Amino acid sequence: MPDISVVLPSILQPLAGGQSILTAPADGTVTVGSLLDSVTGDYPVLARRLRDETGALRRYVNIYVAGDEVRRLQGLETEVSPGQEVLVIQSVAGG
Amino acid sequence: MATAENFVLAIGTKKGLWLATSQDRKQWSVSGPHFLMSEIPSIGIDTRDGRTRIMVGVRSEHWGPTVAHSDDLGATWTEPEQGAITFPEDTGAAVERIWQIYPDAESRPGVVWAGAEPISVWKSTDGGEHFELNRGLWDHPHRSDWGAGYGGAAAHSIVVNPAGDNVHVAMSTGGVYRSLDGGESWEPRNKGISAYFMPDPNPEFGQCVHKIAADAAVEGRLYAQNHHGVYRTDDNGENWNSIAEGLPADFGFVMLTHPRREGTAWVVPLKADGERIPPEGKLAVHRTDDAGATWKRLDTGLPKGEYNSVLRDAAGVDSSEPAGVYFGTRGGTVYASADEGETFAEVVSHLPDVLCVRACVVSTAGLPVPETAAARGA
Repeated sequence: MPDISVVLPSILQPLAGGQSILTAPADGTVTVGSLLDSVTGDYPVLARRLRDETGALRRYVNIYVAGDEVRRLQGLETEVSPGQEVLVIQSVAGG
Repeated sequence: MATAENFVLAIGTKKGLWLATSQDRKQWSVSGPHFLMSEIPSIGIDTRDGRTRIMVGVRSEHWGPTVAHSDDLGATWTEPEQGAITFPEDTGAAVERIWQIYPDAESRPGVVWAGAEPISVWKSTDGGEHFELNRGLWDHPHRSDWGAGYGGAAAHSIVVNPAGDNVHVAMSTGGVYRSLDGGESWEPRNKGISAYFMPDPNPEFGQCVHKIAADAAVEGRLYAQNHHGVYRTDDNGENWNSIAEGLPADFGFVMLTHPRREGTAWVVPLKADGERIPPEGKLAVHRTDDAGATWKRLDTGLPKGEYNSVLRDAAGVDSSEPAGVYFGTRGGTVYASADEGETFAEVVSHLPDVLCVRACVVSTAGLPVPETAAARGA
């Protein structure tokens, strides 16, 4: 089965060794939460940028699966299919 | 021949960190920003152990809070991979903001304390690279009754006595808590501090103490800038008495004490809770040299009109003689005094809101070459 890709914004790429895309195998049921666990396993600082220590997605971090922001789906329990591309996009916020 | 002193001033703002260096505390070279677009609400400069370590609390609106440190005066920064301050899983809590980084006494090298939001106190024994949650305060039965000030619910002041057994923490809102066993257990110590905004204005706890600082030479003497009210305790927090007489206003955020001299403290009064501006729009620092019995207005070198406030940690002192006094405004201007506040000169202006200012003395060899420099001053 094709891998699942996580696309990072440029500002986070230095925390993933310069990579713009991280991939994980689509073994069994993959959720956004388990996908993040998998792709950030070697990049703990990146992991902390996306989620706090309770595992919650940070407020202004948006993750899109098939064009939908996961908060409108099942959050971190949202399932991801083989071959899908998951986008990490920072919210437009601040001043 | 005496070794020449050089000074480093770390300026934490709403949108990054700037570092200023000077040999005379009048002309400054300013470099930065570091951590652009992240706020720097806390800075600790640790000059123990033969090195100068700058620790910063960093918080991005998008990417959350963290702690980083530099041992080369900002040339490089290190962030512990697993995070220096993270709540244990069983608490179910997450750090929102690091409000205070407080290197302990010379006799306890490596020990660094931190205060954070949600209200919590942390202790590191490895120079600020990893902190452990203080369970005594976290599990305190008063926790559910503590509130949040406008800026959040945080432990923002930590004072440890030279022996290390007495620890005072101030939180907004909750007031002052004291530990007599090095942080194992805590009791509120707010007698005499007003909480005019509560139905009972003299509660055991719940005060909105903005900042506390210890007298350098008198054990058990501390000063507090309250949410209206300036106080001193001479009995380790058992009783607080007003020392606001002689000040143009009793509101403010800053409380600084001299690094060595008994009875010397500085405040920056603001008009009132509802009008958070310098009284009459005239910015001034006030210093006492007699533990609050009298105050001297200090405004030489400060602008004639200023409507920005000075936040609780946006002020600091250095350890030189005479002591340097530094502060920054929410309008992004930073001032320095090389003579304990008698005269001020502008260090830099037009920065983002200044949240935290800390200064230290370093050797010439440790001074970095700024990437971008703007020499200012006479």
